[in-house]
Amino acid sequence: MSLLSVENLRVAFPSDHGPVEVVKGLSFDLGRERLGIVGESGSGKSMTGRAVMGLIGKPARVTADRLEFEGQDLRALSERQFRRLRGARMSMVLQDPKFSLNPVIRIGEQIAEALEFHTGLTARQRRVKVLEALEAVRIDDPERVARLFPHEVSGGMGQRVMIAMMVVMEPALMIADEPTSALDVSVRGQVLDIMDDLVRRRGMGLMLISHDLNMVARWCDRILVMYQGRIVEELGAGQLGAAQHPYTRGLLASVPRIDEDRDRLPVLDRAALGACQ
Amino acid sequence: MILTRRLLPPVQFLLTVALTFLGLLAITFVIGRVVPIDPVIAVVGDRASKETYEATRLAMGLDDPLIVQFARYVGAVVQGDLGNSISTGRAVVDDLARVFPATLEMATIGILIGVVLGVPMGVWAAARQGSWLDQVIRVVGLAGYAIPAFWLGLVGLVLFYAKLRWVGGPGRIDLFLDGIVPVRTGLLLVDSLLAGDLDSFRSALSHIVLPASILGFFSLAYIARMTRSFMLEQLGQEFITTARVKGAPERVILWRHGFRPIRVQLLTVIGLSYAGLLEGSVMIETVFSWPGIGNYLTTALLNADMNAVLGATLVVGAVFVGINKGSDALYRLLDPRARA
Amino acid sequence: MITRDWLLSDDPETRLQARLGQAYRLARALARNPLAMVGLVVIVALLVMAALAPWIAPYSPLEGMLSNRLQPPSALHWMGTDELGRDIFSRVVHGSRITLMIVILVAVIAAPLGLIVGTVAGYYGGWVDKALMGVTDVFLSLPRLILALAFVAALGPGIENAVIAIAITAWPVYARIARAETLTFRHSEFIAAVRMQGASGLRVIGLHVIPLCMSSTIVRVTLDMAGIILTAAGLGFLGLGAQPPLPEWGAMISKGRAFILDQWWVATMPGFAIVVVSLGFCLFGDGLRDVLDPKQRTKG
Repeated sequence: MSLLSVENLRVAFPSDHGPVEVVKGLSFDLGRERLGIVGESGSGKSMTGRAVMGLIGKPARVTADRLEFEGQDLRALSERQFRRLRGARMSMVLQDPKFSLNPVIRIGEQIAEALEFHTGLTARQRRVKVLEALEAVRIDDPERVARLFPHEVSGGMGQRVMIAMMVVMEPALMIADEPTSALDVSVRGQVLDIMDDLVRRRGMGLMLISHDLNMVARWCDRILVMYQGRIVEELGAGQLGAAQHPYTRGLLASVPRIDEDRDRLPVLDRAALGACQ
Repeated sequence: MILTRRLLPPVQFLLTVALTFLGLLAITFVIGRVVPIDPVIAVVGDRASKETYEATRLAMGLDDPLIVQFARYVGAVVQGDLGNSISTGRAVVDDLARVFPATLEMATIGILIGVVLGVPMGVWAAARQGSWLDQVIRVVGLAGYAIPAFWLGLVGLVLFYAKLRWVGGPGRIDLFLDGIVPVRTGLLLVDSLLAGDLDSFRSALSHIVLPASILGFFSLAYIARMTRSFMLEQLGQEFITTARVKGAPERVILWRHGFRPIRVQLLTVIGLSYAGLLEGSVMIETVFSWPGIGNYLTTALLNADMNAVLGATLVVGAVFVGINKGSDALYRLLDPRARA
Repeated sequence: MITRDWLLSDDPETRLQARLGQAYRLARALARNPLAMVGLVVIVALLVMAALAPWIAPYSPLEGMLSNRLQPPSALHWMGTDELGRDIFSRVVHGSRITLMIVILVAVIAAPLGLIVGTVAGYYGGWVDKALMGVTDVFLSLPRLILALAFVAALGPGIENAVIAIAITAWPVYARIARAETLTFRHSEFIAAVRMQGASGLRVIGLHVIPLCMSSTIVRVTLDMAGIILTAAGLGFLGLGAQPPLPEWGAMISKGRAFILDQWWVATMPGFAIVVVSLGFCLFGDGLRDVLDPKQRTKG
């Protein structure tokens, strides 16, 4: 059975000239696997993640023919029922720990929150779980880090804290929205490693949203390429070379390689892309 | 190195505080110089001979360079000498010490009303942006900017005192109870309770309710407006999304994630508002014949009693600056982000 | 000729077209905000009332009939009459001239002063900035009303001195805003370009920096109008602003205070005028800020 099943998902925002769709009829299934969603900014990939999490409120409108998570129809859930899923069964790692962690709450307390909302654990039991979660993201002295404020840790450490916060309830689905693009290049691999390890060991489904085609290809089993609110191509991880759609090919062509002798990197020919829409 | 880095900010801070006080003194000094009243004639009278005039002028140090005169002025103020009031005949410092508690009592009740009502109103308005509650708070906020305090005081007197008889009239206490309670703190509500005089307490309460509520209204308008805008800024932050991702209920999102980061900022706003109330009480005290520093100031103004005017300006200014800078310092101490 | 499309064109051919187009867009955005429009109506009404006061007012603002004193509001006297038998409505109408004059004078004195101090401090930086902003901060951290009171006390009561006192306490805010604005583009390329053409510092400030600080200053001045009106009325109320028999609204309230318990209208009516006009400036200023200065939308 698939974990998440999406059919004809649409997200529209009102504007002066009528509603504008940013996600235009997306359909896909996600099992206990690592699915990558790739696209440029504005392609609707982040909106897709947030729509699944039920985070898109007024004035936007989210519709779908089917939106099922673990056999539950997400469209029919009340806000209260949705809240019971969020943080417990599904979670999301956001882009930049500098902004996604509350600056005035200690790290330990922030991680303990999901436990507070979803379990009847005592403060002491929560504390044990928090330290375990910090250890699971390879933080050596969890006791000390739990007492720190977010601005007192580095970006890489912050993102590991964020991951700890999102796996502490052992959810079935984790969405990671550009989890490394705000980090130093040197720690990106490490953070992805930790995430990958947790996802695999706990048998979670992962939706990795990114603009970085090569990174997604390295860490995911399957890739969806989005362009202007639509899925334009679906690829197995090893088949990047087999990409058909001109957008994907254009993206691949614009990535520099070490062993090349091109004078100039090609840019996307958007006029041609528009023509094949 | 570490020592200097930790010491430098507080030292710089104290320096700016000192400079601000010096600036305040400079302004009152300059105002005192601009006055068209000749200070020598004020002493010797306008029939004195030229020699007496010159001698007095010299004795008063008015021929010294301005900077020397300013230094002498600062020295006197630091020693608590603000000169004598020509209308009461007493030292201005003593006058001010006598009237200040009345102002403090009224402004304190005013700020309590403003905080207790204004903060929740602002938080709720931000949480329900665009709702009727938000609109009401918007209107209240605008009214706080558009209604003259002295006029609201008059209208309040007509309505709640003259017509409805809900509250006591002008003054701090009913006339027949005046002066019965022994002065200990100068705060009439406290003093009457200390003396166990419930009649006085009830009377004082009925007199303070209206002026304090009017001050409270203005502080409420300001605090609610600022709370709302701070909250809106926080609620748009990414960490609010994180909290929702964790499944946080609305109440936790508002008060823990939205409100906690603005607590310290709000403290500054409340400090500002409190200081503003001490200032705003000038108008309200005039309307309600409230024997506080504002009333003292306006009476002195009309009598051209410059020592009293400058003394009162200096004290209100110093309290204003003190509260401002104090809440600023508190901000640096309390906010974990500012401490870094 | 001037059509909607010409105004909204994305590539204007002349500077004039660009400017007119910009103004048209602003006006359209402003017109969509109903509260701002209410504010605009109030301001326009104030202007019309001030300009046509002698024709709008049914009676003289200064002369009344003692036999007719302290009459309640009626069809003959919409706002009643005061202690000298003067028609309060006529006095309120004429008072709009005084109010308008005060706010305009304060704005004309304080805004340019603040603009110059702020832009010079921001543009030159260094010790010039430190000195100017030091003075500004001292003024900013002092209580405005008390300061104005003390200045009037020294200068002597009267409308001109009230204007000066209010202006002295109003400029620091504009200096702060202008400096902040100047800092954002002080190192930008177009300023460097003008400088490389040999323009002097003062010329750069006058022709390039100040115009760019205008919109935020205008917004701030509009928002401050209400405060200026209230302070002026307060000074009038304390007997330090406009002197009788001038029909200044604050002074009128002060006079009416003696009759407040029995003839409530004498003190109350001018107050309504103050509230309506202040509210008008507040609403319009709010709307203007949303349009001209979207960054500030959520603040204050």
